[in-house]
Amino acid sequence: MNLLSLSGMEKRYPGVKALDGVDFQLRAGEIHALLGENGAGKSTLVKVMTGALQGDGGSMSFLGAPLKLKSTAHAQSVGISTVYQEVNLLPNLTVAQNLYLGREPKRFGLIDWKRINRQSREVLKRFDLDIDVSRPLSSFSVAVQQLIAIARGVDMSAKVLVLDEPTASLDADECEQLFGVMRELRDKGIGIVFITHFLDQVYAVCDRITVLRNGQLVGEFEAATLSRSELVGHMLGKELQAQTHGREHREEKSLTQPLLEVQELAVSGSLQPTSLCVRRGEAVGLAGLLGSGRSEVCRAVFGVDRKTSGTLKVNDAEKHFLQPADAISEGLALCPEDRKTSGIVGPLSIRENIALALQARRGWWRPISRVEQERLAQRFIRELQIATPDAEKPIEQLSGGNQQKVILARWLATSPQLLVLDEPTRGVDIGAHAEILKLIRQFCRDGMSLLVTSSELDELLAFSDRVAVMRDRRKVAEIEGDDITEGNIMRAIAEA
Amino acid sequence: MQSLFLSRFSSLYITTALFCLLFLVGAFQFEGFGSSRVVANLFSDNAFLVITAIGMTFVIISGGIDLSVGAVIALTGVVCGLLIGELQMHPLLVFPLVLVGGGLFGAAMGALIHYYRLQPFIVTLAGMFLARGLATTLSEESIPIEHAFYDAVSDFGMLLPGGAWVGASTLILLLVLVAAVILAHYSRLGGYIYALGGSAQSAQLMGVPVARTTVSIYAISGFLSALGGIVYSFYTFSGYSLAAVGMELDAIAAVVIGGTLLSGGSGYVLGTVIGVLIMGVIQTYISFDGTLNSWWTKIVIGLLLFAFIGMQRLLTRQQAARLATGAAH
Amino acid sequence: MSNLNTTAGRPPAPAKIKLPRVNGRYLWPLLGLFLLLAVNLAITPEFFRIEIQDGRLYGSLIDVLNRSAPVALLAIGMTLVIATGGIDLSVGATMAIAGAVCANLIVGGVDSIFLVVAAGLAAGLMAGAVNGGLVSYMGIQPIVATLILMVAGRGIAQLINAGQIVTFQSEAFAFIGTGTLLGLPFPIVLVLIVFALVQLLMRKTALGLFVESVGCNAGASYYLGINQRAVKIVAYCIAGICAALAGMISAADIQGSDANNAGLWLELDAILAVVIGGASLMGGRFSIPLSIVGVLVIQCLGTTIIMSGLPAKFNLLIKAVVVIFVLLLQSPLFQQQMGALFARFQKRTNTEAKV
Repeated sequence: MNLLSLSGMEKRYPGVKALDGVDFQLRAGEIHALLGENGAGKSTLVKVMTGALQGDGGSMSFLGAPLKLKSTAHAQSVGISTVYQEVNLLPNLTVAQNLYLGREPKRFGLIDWKRINRQSREVLKRFDLDIDVSRPLSSFSVAVQQLIAIARGVDMSAKVLVLDEPTASLDADECEQLFGVMRELRDKGIGIVFITHFLDQVYAVCDRITVLRNGQLVGEFEAATLSRSELVGHMLGKELQAQTHGREHREEKSLTQPLLEVQELAVSGSLQPTSLCVRRGEAVGLAGLLGSGRSEVCRAVFGVDRKTSGTLKVNDAEKHFLQPADAISEGLALCPEDRKTSGIVGPLSIRENIALALQARRGWWRPISRVEQERLAQRFIRELQIATPDAEKPIEQLSGGNQQKVILARWLATSPQLLVLDEPTRGVDIGAHAEILKLIRQFCRDGMSLLVTSSELDELLAFSDRVAVMRDRRKVAEIEGDDITEGNIMRAIAEA
Repeated sequence: MQSLFLSRFSSLYITTALFCLLFLVGAFQFEGFGSSRVVANLFSDNAFLVITAIGMTFVIISGGIDLSVGAVIALTGVVCGLLIGELQMHPLLVFPLVLVGGGLFGAAMGALIHYYRLQPFIVTLAGMFLARGLATTLSEESIPIEHAFYDAVSDFGMLLPGGAWVGASTLILLLVLVAAVILAHYSRLGGYIYALGGSAQSAQLMGVPVARTTVSIYAISGFLSALGGIVYSFYTFSGYSLAAVGMELDAIAAVVIGGTLLSGGSGYVLGTVIGVLIMGVIQTYISFDGTLNSWWTKIVIGLLLFAFIGMQRLLTRQQAARLATGAAH
Repeated sequence: MSNLNTTAGRPPAPAKIKLPRVNGRYLWPLLGLFLLLAVNLAITPEFFRIEIQDGRLYGSLIDVLNRSAPVALLAIGMTLVIATGGIDLSVGATMAIAGAVCANLIVGGVDSIFLVVAAGLAAGLMAGAVNGGLVSYMGIQPIVATLILMVAGRGIAQLINAGQIVTFQSEAFAFIGTGTLLGLPFPIVLVLIVFALVQLLMRKTALGLFVESVGCNAGASYYLGINQRAVKIVAYCIAGICAALAGMISAADIQGSDANNAGLWLELDAILAVVIGGASLMGGRFSIPLSIVGVLVIQCLGTTIIMSGLPAKFNLLIKAVVVIFVLLLQSPLFQQQMGALFARFQKRTNTEAKV
């Protein structure tokens, strides 16, 4: 019997259909993986099933009866608990307080701490955690915090447990510990929705897999009978059989001098030692699933994350980037993955957003005159076909695709040697998507060096001279020339 | 073990040790400083500040700030002066009135902060203008309060050995302290207040009634400020619209010196009491010395503020670093 | 060259473009100011009368301007600090410090007015650097960081004054507070000069753009290569210097330095002026002219209350009501509620009209 079932779920945002008639069934006593790349709609689906969002259409039933969730508190009260990637507990409170916040047992009208602490210890024992529950949560490792969050969810008599990327910050042992608990809970009849982007973990604990792509259901599969490469194919929207054709023919470039050379570059906690080289006039693609270390490479190269070991050379000279400004002065540019928090300066106009990077490079005492700014803006609005009535519109009022073009324009204005694009087509509508790809191809032709991450294989095929494949925060393969096929890339991504 | 010492009561220990140190220095240097009378006076002279600062502690633990407390004290005094001093109403009728009034005043600010998503700083600043403005409008003159009840209150108390006088103000202070500790650590609301200061977003996801809690917090602060105003009037026998100007700063300073994190989420009511006592000891020291000017108080408090804020910053950074390395392996 | 054509096609482009952006922002503060001025005109027609005596302008309007000079200076600096997403509570205390430094130098026999003024400015700069350093390098919340100097600053000023009110006789220094230049009281001239300088610094270099960028999105600014720490320190330093000038005006005005009362609570007026000018306390877009309008609104409000015959004691009360109203006006929820209320009202009148 289905414990929780959603059918025909819809959720629209202005310009985007985040969920387009998605069905999802969770049985009691199973661990069900929910997979999909960026923008697939899995986080929206999770929000709908945990009451954080209300769907625009479709229906939901729980234990066979229709259910309409009003809030996360409502979801909790009927028995749907969620544990988020960033532990959503309160680090300043004690473990026991976190477990019983808002439902503390009382004695003579006062909170009965003795009982809370005793019960907390009992609850955590079931998770093999023997810790001092009167210490603040922040004094424990993230793994323990994660387990405590799960314990809270289960103890609030959960029937459905949604684990939203709980393993993102856990090491292998900690993951094993968590999986043990998950299996135990499953055997007790709890239905678990497990979201992760590590395929190993999917196969380690999950019974069934639901794959979403572009807001639509791709399918529901039995983990035991679905091969790894088939799974990757479903996630990326490709059939493995059809992957024999290569990329479009392009003229061979003669080997040029390396522009960026990275040797064993590592960042503690986010990137394992990785080597990579981008030559002058070359476009290098970074492939891999979400969380594979693609973005981390970009951030490390651009000086956002400080490297902990390894070397980085630009034009054969070793560089130590302490902040993005250092990288920019060497002619690097980065369009970050998260446009809203690290890309656009929302309330400022298109003109100002375009001029900012160049201005920052020139310094405050050499201003770009208004006329010059306008000329820059007009030029790029025309060249990149940014759809806007005028250059004075605040950038936050543009669509995602046009925002991305403004950010591209911002960096083009600085005439960079190397343009790093982290998921340049993320959250961009179909039309702008094609235009941005066209632009990238044009940059290649103009001889600019590019380092581009993407979860869309055909994008990578379209412009890459070389593709580096990332998995588990390190580079696992590098594919060159005619070997760049969707099949080869997918095999490299999926290989265990 | 070390982290336990660092993260939980460390600020409380440091504050207490500092108080003892300052007191001992005074006791060694001046005759009569190290007496129970001086200690008792620390309490009775600063009772109104302690009561108000306790309310401020809750506000700051929740991640907010309340700039209106000094003005509410003045307004309370003026209202008491008018009703008791001029209209000769009985204080026991007036007190509940002003206490409820103070609570409602705070609740209104809390509601503005929560429902209209305004910053506590600017809302309570407006509240400060409003309360001070109301007080000025009611009376620009200081109103003397003469009532048999006030005389009875000032006579009430007990003499402890060593000439220490424990008066009504001190007793009220102790009552408030007990109630505040119970509220902070033995009630659900207390847990919610700490939870809000930890992370309002997480608290909401964990089912904390954020609206009710925010309104309650500022209502408590308003209520305690009004109570502080009543105690202040026991002390001055008058109500004056320009009383307690800048008191909000003293209260905030006491809370910080008492070890409460200004960014919210952590702190103890008891620490705040000791924070006020530290400020009191410094003042007492300066008045015993006689050659030092009172402005040293401000500089020393400023330095203490700096030291405590710097220390807090260091602590939170250490904690963040530990978490980061914890996540790394 | 085709680029040139597109811009040349709309010759008044800069002016044309500037207006729509600023229009909405200017509307409310200016409307408020005009309303106040109109009320003043209605109750006292001579409010706008300006006379020239001994080569100096006299009149209520000049009085309002003259009296608002210190707050206007503070507001100029405060605007920048708030634009970076910060706040500076210490400017009142900085005024006291600068006043004390100048007074003591004069009493101590320093004759050069330039030296005295430079020392005062240096004091302000130092205060600003301390605030800016705490905020940007130690990462302390601005309210907290500047609270330290707000508390300790007055103590420092009193330390300099040795706890006395230090009075002095210096015609040259008194000129700062009471002198006349080009027919205008000198404080007004000083405000105009500082306003012009800061406005030039912000709008004719890229500093203003950086300040707005950091205030709008500090994260993105970092990715862009803007040195946000330096930008913040500069903002606090300018606020410190402005506060020092304001402190000198108020010291010169009374020919003495009163560490307890110089600039007391003026930081709150300055913050208020910036908020009335429509700036968001979260940082971002700023407009110094609008903050000046905010200062004038506050000052006119006080004058209006006196002129209208209401006792001065209503001053604070009315100020509080105005502040709450302005705050609510800026809240999106309140705007929505008012919109809904208005729509319902309109609907009702419509249906009534139909009946």
